[in-house]
Amino acid sequence: MLDKNGIARRIAQEVQNGQYVNLGIGIPTLVANHIPEGLDVEFQSENGILGMGPFPIEGTEDADLINAGKQTITALPGAVFFDSATSFAMIRGQHVQLTVLGAMEVSANGDIANWKIPGKMVKGMGGAMDLVASAENIVVAMMHTNRAGESKLLPTCSLPLTGVGCVKRVVTNLAVLDIKNGAFHLVERAPGVTVEEIVNATDGALILPEVVPEMSL
Amino acid sequence: MAISKEIKGVDEACKDVKDGMTFMLGGFGLCGIPENCIEELVRLGVKDVTCISNNAGVDNFGLGKLLKKSQIRKMISSYVGENEEFERQMLSGELEVDLIPQGSLAERCRAGGAGIPAFYTPAGYGTEVAAGKEVREFNGKPHILESALTADFAFVKAWKGDTSGNLIYKATSRNFNPMMAMAGKITVAEVEELVPLGSLDPNEIHTPGIFVQRIFQGRSYEKRIEQRTVSQNK
Repeated sequence: MLDKNGIARRIAQEVQNGQYVNLGIGIPTLVANHIPEGLDVEFQSENGILGMGPFPIEGTEDADLINAGKQTITALPGAVFFDSATSFAMIRGQHVQLTVLGAMEVSANGDIANWKIPGKMVKGMGGAMDLVASAENIVVAMMHTNRAGESKLLPTCSLPLTGVGCVKRVVTNLAVLDIKNGAFHLVERAPGVTVEEIVNATDGALILPEVVPEMSL
Repeated sequence: MAISKEIKGVDEACKDVKDGMTFMLGGFGLCGIPENCIEELVRLGVKDVTCISNNAGVDNFGLGKLLKKSQIRKMISSYVGENEEFERQMLSGELEVDLIPQGSLAERCRAGGAGIPAFYTPAGYGTEVAAGKEVREFNGKPHILESALTADFAFVKAWKGDTSGNLIYKATSRNFNPMMAMAGKITVAEVEELVPLGSLDPNEIHTPGIFVQRIFQGRSYEKRIEQRTVSQNK
């Protein structure tokens, strides 16, 4: 079974040379720490930076330089700042090639819910609806089950949706799954996890290949 | 001769705000917010206002200060976490809240300033956000019709500005400020440094002064950091 950093390390393998990538808050942010040496990748944060670098050395934090999670960051050589309309032109106009974000629920037809629990939690969708509506390649990073042990991979989402039919791939602590033709397709299992455990933790339709390789991390 | 937008200070900037008005306030989280104008709105005690702002501040800073004094009737935002008083007012029904996707919010402000009444976007299709909105397909993909936003006052914050109202922002504090500057009937710009005419390079100006009606040099910027994250010294 993977921890959050393990999920991030596996997702880093999805990133290709020359891509502009938007990373959401939480596990997706960790993906930046696992990009292999020699890969040319630029990170976009929707509050207005392309070429986002690591956290600043203590004492050099700048209140005017943050990411979409409101964390202090740095700008790499070649970075650029822009306004929010330009930022979402990059996203809506499909100039950002890969989006990684977290989710509360994902359905077998690729719907995603991650912004609201009616009567309980309403923080807002931020940029998530724009991102999922337009990104060509959306990878969801999340735990396979919630704190109550219930599956987050469902036949249909029960929570208010963020986007419909948009998620292509899900990477969890248990597995990598693709979404196509209204079903989850098991692609890889996490180290030490059995196919049976994945089947038990997945409520939505799940298609199993003859052989399920273990992730190589 | 250039048109001067310079005013004495924040009291003159906000002198004619009234109850029930709609305000736009720049900033993302606490980054790039018009701190001086927010303080003045709290001091004036203006009530029943609608605030268009990506976020709602935190409990004791930024728009959180206006919320605490129950001066806001309605918020139009994309993300409002990190604010317990906000959540309390929203769940109790004291505060009306319109949550809209961040890119749609930015574009609605831009459209408002650019004279475009509405536009189609794929963001929010198939979700609560699409309720009651026209849906139209372009290139086989469904889009929803979103309308432009304007405001009685837009309060923006820039790094440097000249007396003509030309503005330059620093790093990611730019965010919503340029679009909101365009969409205010009266746009008030508070700047960290107000410089004489001719000292900004016209090649490097982000917001042309035509969008700004009032400009002043702000004071005592706190520039609070919401999430201080650092790397260890190597």
